[in-house]
Amino acid sequence: MSGRWRLAAGGNDLDRSRPIRFEFDGRAYQGLQGDTLAAALLANGVHLVGRSFKYHRPRGIVAAGPEDPNALVTVRRDAARTTPNLNAGQVELYEGLVASSQNRWPSLRFDVGRVNDLLSRFIPSGFYYKTFMWPRTAWHRLYEPRIRAAAGLGMAPAEADPDCYAQRYGHCDVLIVGAGPAGIAAALTAARSGARVLLCDEQPQCGGSVRAERAARIEGKPAAEWLRDAMQELAQAREVTVLSRTTAFAYLPHNMVALSERLTDHLAAPPPGKPRERLWQVRARQVILATGAIERPLVFPGNDLPGVMLAGAARSFLHRHGVLPGNRVALLTAHDESYGTALDLKNAGVDIVGLADLRPRASGALVEAARRAGVPIRAATTAIGTRGNLRISAVGLSALDADGSVSGAPEWVDCDALLVSGGYTPSVHLHSQARGKLRWDGAAQSFVPAAAGQPCRSIGACSGLTGAALAEVFSQAAAAACAALEACGIAARPASFTTSDDMTSGGSWLGALPLPGAMRGGKAFVDWQNDVTAADLALAVREGFRSIEHIKRYTTTGMATDQGKTSNLNALAIAAQQLGRPIPEVGLTTFRMPYLPVGFGGLAGYARGELFAPLRKTPMYDWAAARGAVFEPVAMWQRARYFPQSGEDMHQAVARECQCVRRTCGLFDASTLGKIEVAGPDAVEFMNRMYVNSWNSLQVGRCRYGILLRDDGFVYDDGVVARIAADRLHVTTTTGGAPRVLGMMEDYLQTEWPDLKVWLTSTTEQWAVIAVQGPQARAVLEDLVGQADISAAALPHMAMTRGLVCGVPAMIFRVSFTGELGYEINVPADYGAEVWNAVWQAGQAHGMCAYGTETMHVLRAEKGYIIVGQDTDGTMTPDDAGLGWAVGKSKSEFIGMVSLRKPALRDPDRKQLVGLLTADPRHVLEEGSQIAATPGQRPPMRLVGHVTSSYYSPVLGRSIALAVVSGGRARHGQTLYVPTPRGETAVTVTQPVFYDPKGERLNA
Amino acid sequence: MPEAIATRIPPPRASGLGWRTLDPQSCWSLRVELAAAAGPMATAGLPLALAACRAATRGEWAALWLGPDEQLLVGMNSSHAQFEPRLAGALAGIAHALVDVSHRQAAIEIAGPDATRLLALGCPLDLHLSQAPVGLCTRTVFAKAEVVLWRQEADRFQLQAWRSFLPYVTGLLALGSQELAPQA
Repeated sequence: MSGRWRLAAGGNDLDRSRPIRFEFDGRAYQGLQGDTLAAALLANGVHLVGRSFKYHRPRGIVAAGPEDPNALVTVRRDAARTTPNLNAGQVELYEGLVASSQNRWPSLRFDVGRVNDLLSRFIPSGFYYKTFMWPRTAWHRLYEPRIRAAAGLGMAPAEADPDCYAQRYGHCDVLIVGAGPAGIAAALTAARSGARVLLCDEQPQCGGSVRAERAARIEGKPAAEWLRDAMQELAQAREVTVLSRTTAFAYLPHNMVALSERLTDHLAAPPPGKPRERLWQVRARQVILATGAIERPLVFPGNDLPGVMLAGAARSFLHRHGVLPGNRVALLTAHDESYGTALDLKNAGVDIVGLADLRPRASGALVEAARRAGVPIRAATTAIGTRGNLRISAVGLSALDADGSVSGAPEWVDCDALLVSGGYTPSVHLHSQARGKLRWDGAAQSFVPAAAGQPCRSIGACSGLTGAALAEVFSQAAAAACAALEACGIAARPASFTTSDDMTSGGSWLGALPLPGAMRGGKAFVDWQNDVTAADLALAVREGFRSIEHIKRYTTTGMATDQGKTSNLNALAIAAQQLGRPIPEVGLTTFRMPYLPVGFGGLAGYARGELFAPLRKTPMYDWAAARGAVFEPVAMWQRARYFPQSGEDMHQAVARECQCVRRTCGLFDASTLGKIEVAGPDAVEFMNRMYVNSWNSLQVGRCRYGILLRDDGFVYDDGVVARIAADRLHVTTTTGGAPRVLGMMEDYLQTEWPDLKVWLTSTTEQWAVIAVQGPQARAVLEDLVGQADISAAALPHMAMTRGLVCGVPAMIFRVSFTGELGYEINVPADYGAEVWNAVWQAGQAHGMCAYGTETMHVLRAEKGYIIVGQDTDGTMTPDDAGLGWAVGKSKSEFIGMVSLRKPALRDPDRKQLVGLLTADPRHVLEEGSQIAATPGQRPPMRLVGHVTSSYYSPVLGRSIALAVVSGGRARHGQTLYVPTPRGETAVTVTQPVFYDPKGERLNA
Repeated sequence: MPEAIATRIPPPRASGLGWRTLDPQSCWSLRVELAAAAGPMATAGLPLALAACRAATRGEWAALWLGPDEQLLVGMNSSHAQFEPRLAGALAGIAHALVDVSHRQAAIEIAGPDATRLLALGCPLDLHLSQAPVGLCTRTVFAKAEVVLWRQEADRFQLQAWRSFLPYVTGLLALGSQELAPQA
């Protein structure tokens, strides 16, 4: 392609001394520092940048900013750093940038998928709702996978993201979104009043429309100079933060606004270790939205050819990048600003082949200036089509009759670019995300912000001041900033900004352009990104859809990654016209967050790998890890599950550990158990009200197994409770239950019984807990314990004492979760590792092993000790779990007591905890297996219970299981049947205690 | 019989640009009616914090107001023995719960010009001096860990976390300080 696309001078954003090489679809090009990829491609005469989603039509660059519906590209740094669906108007050029087009095969210029365009008659909107209905079974196997493969643009990288992402909380008096003239004026006003200001803008450089301003002077200076000075003033203000390349994408409740700051994507060599993006969560006392407006394309047949571009985008490329959209340029407009664009292009040497205005007449300074300069203006003229293959070559212009209809034959005007403008749509996205109301402004032909839903104000173009004089925008911005400051209680210093040579503009066109009555064919696109045409919207209405929300879903208009930024209002206008109702009556679809797509990396932030969540470890973790322990996560903790010796699998290691504990002794890290110190004069009374047990009779130095219910009478948690002083109880909870038990206790204490003088303190992490279990436990400890008597007589089962262990002040509990003689030594956590090691050394002479949670599970199951959450499921009463004995019979109050009296909770047929023994002693049942009362049933079977715990018991030489079975305690001795994948297994119902039922070992 | 006292092994030390883990401190959680205990404690030279979310300090002693009836007592750089008997004496006869939590938590000092920026990566509070003056203390979160934050000077903070959360907190701080470090 020949032609001159870049001016020799000019371009506010450029550093002309720094040429940049880049690659697009495998071809090398050159751009300049300060270019976006879109600008650089245009500077090389490249308009064709992608294929459309459904019809694979060739598409070009339409807009200069992130609203562009077409120019989605993939940017690749390496295999892992490949980002699809980036907007070419947002991608900043860097040396060596490699980008490629999407949704085409085998190449952008020749794409097989183009066949869809020819078949379009057979795939109208909603076709997949009709076509893929039958046969029904084909949906999952055939249709859905195929549709999924065909859907979506670009390819996500398969490798893990090697970059890091930052997050930060921000706070300010005033958050200003958008650093165009309005946003900057508001920021200056707030900054000069001493407020804490955060100003953000999605562009690399602040300034917005000021950067493409042609003539206006502000404060007596050329616009560019004023902008430079203003940004300098803001940079020097102490309480002001200015963030460029930062998109405010979500307006959340309580004036929390989420910003995505792009830190390194624009760099040729991102500094290693520095984050790629930063997600800001900004809590602002007041928000000022200065998000501008988006120019609307015009809807006419062939309006999607490459070379058809928004007039404002062409002006932006010209002034910011010195780039020309073409050399023979036509314009089709309903907005005065296009006259200025034509004039600027003409002054840059472009041949303006015609400016067609849809309006019968246009006036104003810009129009007159263009007319004087000799721009060939055609009033009351529309376009009925375009010609060209991969680039526009001509546009067909037809005069509009006085009634707005088209009758005469079109005149085909040769051109290599067609600039269009239907006027501007205020960007009310964030205002709407904040639940603000919208109002239809008939004069401006747009929805504008009405009552705000949160402390926020809209100023500038997004408030409806599109095409307004800068002076008006500035005074509105300053007033809004003063009002925001006042709302913050800050004395505002009103600022004013003088302007001159400022021009206003106006004009609007909504919906499809008129066509000759006889004309058919030719797609007039409304939503470029989802390939929705005016005809599709008309079809939806013909098929009976009335609500704009339904029309949207049926046609998918506005549902692509651009969320209909350029298309929604045209779609609405077409639907309204088809429905014969005014636009405000048809209403608007919802504006959802995010405003622009946000990468997953930024949302995840630091929360990945080891820092995804806290990984809690006990003081003995390193010891266990050094001995090859296999860990399992329990709540947020890492617990040693078993300690395999060389060559052992889990089964073998657990069998060895179980036998060792039963024969000699084992060492177990119980530090993760929750611990709560309940202290104060009313400590016992508090426990009486919380737990089912009676605590009055618990002597100092004695322990009791406690059960906590919920209000509904079901078991919530359990644990051993020790009375360590008259007014002090040491309550242990399950590992996972610790936070919620403390929370529930605090809840009741604060809301139900504020009169009780008792306080709760979590001591889970204060103590390291070393469990020594097994017949040799006392022998191991005797030599390590000082100032305490741990003999059977002095410290019987369920007693506790204080003393020294290895010289460290300790609490020694005689408790057991294994059924063996056992102690749990509590030492302050910093001493845990050393005391553990000392016990381990002492234990070696006695054949001690270390054991993990898996062995603990087997040992406790042999004794029929339940685990809350495994053998109970939130619907078990104490009686169901075989723990009815623990409930204080003469108590007047405890949580869940009233519920336990309900007939349903006293039903003898409730599921009750039992033991199960399989007929085949080697068969270990699967936990969760269902249980039937009679053999040979076919589904649907009548089931009477399920298996909750199941292990192979090394000491018994057979399998054991705990189960909950309807009326289970009355079924002891019965045979039941467990369906398994390999057939039915007969099981005998037994007591849940399989080992040492008399507890002789426990009390040794 | 055990003669030797086992060595105290606090959670692993860690540090980065602008932050470091501190030596173990003596800490108690005190739950008590403030009006009843404030006088005797002051007399004992161990003043309690009277204002919400503010710390009272005296030499190596600090009391951090965490709730209407909750204070976190800290003996900085000093032994338990110095405070324990005085605490017991001052609180005698007053209904209270005094629980030693010295081993439950560990402290990190975050200091320097970037201190508030570093904290802002995980702490949602507004740490501007106008909102969080020197002396502020509060229970808050640092990303997914619960912490107690105490502003000792304009650019010096103490952050206390339960010991098992410490690697998570220091891991985040390490990333954060690397992010804030001037480019080489």
